[in-house]
Amino acid sequence: MLQRLRENKSAQGTLLALPTILWMFVLLIIPLLLTLVISFGRRTADGGVIFTFTLENYTRLLGYDTSCDTGASACFNPLYMQILGRSLSLAFNTTVWVIALAYPLAYFIARANPKRRNTFLFLVLIPLWTNFVIRVYAWMMLLRKEGAINIILGSIAHLLHIPFQPLEMLYTPGAVLVGMIYEFLPFMILPIYTSLEKIDLSLYEAAADLGANGIKTFLRVTLPLSMPGVVAGTILVFIPVMGTFIVSDILGGRQVILVGNLIQRQFLDARDPTFGSAASLILMIMTLIVTYFYTRKFGFGEEIVVA
Amino acid sequence: MAHEFAVELRDVVKQFVTPEGNLLNAVDHVTMQIKNGEFFSMLGSSGCGKTTSLRMIAGFEWPTGGEVYIEGEAMGHTPPFLRKVNTVFQSYALFQHMTVYQNVAFGLEMEGADKNEIEKRVKRALEMVQLTGMERRRPKQLSGGQQQRVAVARALVKVPDVLLLDEPLGALDLKLRKEMQLELKALQQQLGITFVYVTHDQEEAMTMSDRIAVMSKGKVQQMGTPVEIYERPANRFVADFIGESNFLEGRLKSLSAKEACVVVPQLNAELTGIPVSHGLAVGEEVTVSIRPEKVHIAEKGMSQNTFKGKVTNTVYIGTDTHVFTDVHGKSIKVFEQNRISRLDPGSFYTVGQQVILVMMPENVLILKKD
Repeated sequence: MLQRLRENKSAQGTLLALPTILWMFVLLIIPLLLTLVISFGRRTADGGVIFTFTLENYTRLLGYDTSCDTGASACFNPLYMQILGRSLSLAFNTTVWVIALAYPLAYFIARANPKRRNTFLFLVLIPLWTNFVIRVYAWMMLLRKEGAINIILGSIAHLLHIPFQPLEMLYTPGAVLVGMIYEFLPFMILPIYTSLEKIDLSLYEAAADLGANGIKTFLRVTLPLSMPGVVAGTILVFIPVMGTFIVSDILGGRQVILVGNLIQRQFLDARDPTFGSAASLILMIMTLIVTYFYTRKFGFGEEIVVA
Repeated sequence: MAHEFAVELRDVVKQFVTPEGNLLNAVDHVTMQIKNGEFFSMLGSSGCGKTTSLRMIAGFEWPTGGEVYIEGEAMGHTPPFLRKVNTVFQSYALFQHMTVYQNVAFGLEMEGADKNEIEKRVKRALEMVQLTGMERRRPKQLSGGQQQRVAVARALVKVPDVLLLDEPLGALDLKLRKEMQLELKALQQQLGITFVYVTHDQEEAMTMSDRIAVMSKGKVQQMGTPVEIYERPANRFVADFIGESNFLEGRLKSLSAKEACVVVPQLNAELTGIPVSHGLAVGEEVTVSIRPEKVHIAEKGMSQNTFKGKVTNTVYIGTDTHVFTDVHGKSIKVFEQNRISRLDPGSFYTVGQQVILVMMPENVLILKKD
């Protein structure tokens, strides 16, 4: 039998791929199918699932509401659409901000003395040694009413004899945005750095030689050649921001509810796994659609491999 | 009106700090004048300062001392994009995210030329390098030779005063390289643009150049036409670097107005009747050099400059046979052209055979000791 296996190339391939296929099946395909099946179910009073086929969870997400204040039998409730919209726009804003902050930094590191580059990259990675949640709590310490930022602003105001009211920064959409930017910045810096670092120095010289000044060289040569890094970074930032619930939970309080929070609460607080599953799938589909159109326009960044 | 010299380097020095922290003169007080319309080569092995010199003309480096002039104008710290020179890079440095057309058009767009003008000039430039029809390809879809042509077209489309070429053929295989050498030379003659060409390949420099500067250790060792450099090398370095030479150590025994006699202890003999051109003194220690193809293996010796030797090895390389001989313990190389087609092993020299070597006095050069 071993002899026959030695000759059969395709059987060898299948065997080698088997562990991966098994893993994918157990950890990805089956849970996803379960989510799909549950999303078409109906909840029981104690949080169980009746397996049936109903689109109720999806219509509810889209705004179909049967418990209206007006007493009508059905009306439009924009709550969940608002949450989806808010998540989408927050993910968009975070990505734009992160690109704006990460690009100059990545550029600076890529053009720095090669001996120093590793030190700079190391500094970029240091925050990642601390737990994600703890880093978010650290921002809470900075942003809250008696936090570091207010204390500093207060003492400056005191020195200048300006009346000072501590700023309400925590539990605002702005706080969530700042937290998201902070959390995901390294995931943009690294791929952009990689693509910038790969650009042959002679290309800058060639551009200068052909009459391009610094700005034109950047716009016509550097930027286009670093786009794969920007694309990879965008994918690495946009997708997790769409689903994260910890940042908005801690820095947004109950004020800023995102899809991630919605899903989490359906499973843990509201005990409605059917609605939670439907929301999860909608989130996934939304992310896939955005990613699909984005990568079709800009290509799939090769740099995604490094991160 | 064009200045007499397209490029002039006056006492140019470029200092670098080595990784050990020492100062190194990569270019050490170099002065050279490159005439308008000339094909000028800087020839030397790596680290001789040729590429650094070229980069200072392009404006990628600024001299530590001295001055670079282009068309008679001192360049100072003028950035590359304000100099009327263009470069063909060793790695080609093509923009991979642009098509061939966009690559060639880039320099014209930077000048702010209008669209029709750009289209016309790009078309002409691509015709010149025989790449018509390749406009929409990306550099990656081209062969090495084609990429090289794009690099040339991209630089030439700007009609520079001077085209700088930094070992542009280094990455091509031998046959293609020879083809491109002739093509580049033809292009230069047709356009009348000054070419400054950097190479480590002496044959390449000889094939293409009007004049060559042989460089070593940051200094110009000799500047001249290919013939001058090969036939009248200024010193031992040049005689050794360009082509091959037999070197013999000797002492000047006597000197007349035109001729000299040198005692060569290595051969236990004297070389007489050697023509002299530069100031030498009787008794001076000198190096005598003779090219291997200028040593003859003769049936019968002459009265002078004739030596008995023994064949130690022969190498057949097609056009020539290299015969290595031993004369009084000193190895002398002789290149014999294979003028007659033959297969019979008996017609070749065999190891151990006794031969008579003749060095005609006019083929012998006296070089001052470095």
